[in-house]
Amino acid sequence: MLKDITLGQYFPGTSPVHKLDPRTKLLMLVVYIVALFTAKSWLSYGLCLGFLVMVVAVSKIPPKALIKGMKPMIFILVFTGLLNLFMTPGETVLVSFWNITVTAEGLERAIFMVFRILMLISATFLLTYTTSPISLTDGLESLLGPLKKIHLPVHELSMMMCIALRFIPTLIEETDKIISAQKARGADFESGKLMERVKALIPILVPLFISAFRRADELATAMECRCYQGGEGRTKMKQMRYMRRDFIAYFVGILLIGATIALGSFGL
Amino acid sequence: MPTAISVENLSYTYPGVEDTPGVTVFTDLNLTIKEGSFVAVLGGNGCGKSTLAKHFNTILLPCGGTVHVCGMDTSDPDRQLSIRRNVGMVFQNPDNQIVANVVEEDVAFGPENLGIASPAIRQRVDVALKQVGMYDYRGHAPHLLSGGQKQRVAIAGVIAMEPKCIVLDEPTAMLDPKGRREVVDTVSRLNREKGITVVLITHHMDEAAKAQRVIVLHEGKVELDGTPQEVFSQVEKLHDLRLAAPETVELCWELNKEGNSLPLTQLDPKECAQTLFAFLQE
Repeated sequence: MLKDITLGQYFPGTSPVHKLDPRTKLLMLVVYIVALFTAKSWLSYGLCLGFLVMVVAVSKIPPKALIKGMKPMIFILVFTGLLNLFMTPGETVLVSFWNITVTAEGLERAIFMVFRILMLISATFLLTYTTSPISLTDGLESLLGPLKKIHLPVHELSMMMCIALRFIPTLIEETDKIISAQKARGADFESGKLMERVKALIPILVPLFISAFRRADELATAMECRCYQGGEGRTKMKQMRYMRRDFIAYFVGILLIGATIALGSFGL
Repeated sequence: MPTAISVENLSYTYPGVEDTPGVTVFTDLNLTIKEGSFVAVLGGNGCGKSTLAKHFNTILLPCGGTVHVCGMDTSDPDRQLSIRRNVGMVFQNPDNQIVANVVEEDVAFGPENLGIASPAIRQRVDVALKQVGMYDYRGHAPHLLSGGQKQRVAIAGVIAMEPKCIVLDEPTAMLDPKGRREVVDTVSRLNREKGITVVLITHHMDEAAKAQRVIVLHEGKVELDGTPQEVFSQVEKLHDLRLAAPETVELCWELNKEGNSLPLTQLDPKECAQTLFAFLQE
């Protein structure tokens, strides 16, 4: 069950999206999110959706993988949908029972919101699917580089993020193993009241934390052995350079945000 | 031949927590390892194998005596970086020493820390991956590789720093037989072809048999030291130290108990079989 979580997983590939500079992809994600949040009408939503579909098609990431990644988000999606559906006041009442009324406005808003979240999540997934965590952190480090001047530990943060991403699959595997081991000794995770189930998690978390600390200690030693001394004087194997495709991507991004703002100002 | 590592009168005690006394591992250890040699270090649990390995690369510093690596004193803080650059370490758990999410990025980690120019790193990474036979996996995610493959990636990460010496601390303890063979073959090839000094710490006698020299540690002292044939033929002594000789030697030794006089120097199963065959024909 835990293996289904694909958060932060990278699908290696050679598509133009994979080859884009990570800085471009990060900035494009920001542009896309801004466009998504300025979008007020079906038309501008369609534009964002079109953009998303285009990126998925170019990246050759199987849509199945994106849908699989959505699974853990179902609760948030349903919650947002229902909240908007029932809580939006409006004039055209569709259904009304007890104290609850469903209005046409509410329905529209709920669909809007669910789509917004879906499109937001798929875009972020797309970023992590097409960008290796190292180039992602490299991109972040480079984009946040100017903040080093105000003594923000940019390199350390990006290193931490990189290691965290690296250890997600390892720790998931470990959790699976611990769960199996506890089940084999008769632990019960599936039945009982909520509090009992939460309590049943303790025997999973304690060994998991202990092993994570042990791993961290060993990793730190291994990194030191490989002459790691922080960001100072460190070089990169892959240097980031903007190519023609990056400029094309920026151009498309500017078009997207320009179009949504323009549509918005016309009230569409 | 020049000396790669020399240990003189080494003493080391792990500091105790609060009032508890520390654990003394070495009191007076002397050892020299020649450049370009392949040395296996054997010993039971708690005999100080790993502690010794950590002294070779300044993770631990001697409490008394000195450790020299490639002529540099490990207790000199200014030399720490160049010692670590010259002595690569490979640890037991392959998962806990791979830093990056892609094989080639991990191999590049060491050279990147050394501040080498990008094209040179690329070249070193490719060479290192080819040497351990993992070049085809350069774009893979490490957690999808087998244990032996992960350990070979870790070795590539070390040789990309172009060290003179590699210290492997039980690199095969968590691997299956196939993975063990992959790792040991890789290491002995590096020793043969590139002249890298290899110190292999292991629990497996058949791995130690592939080395040029075997050192048996017991309670912080060198008990046996010599070629694999010399060391493993002393079966009784090994048993006293709660170790076993390789199975071929054990077999001949058991047969000798019955009044035979088989040689105790057959480390290769094939040679051993031939000896037995010849013996039975007599």
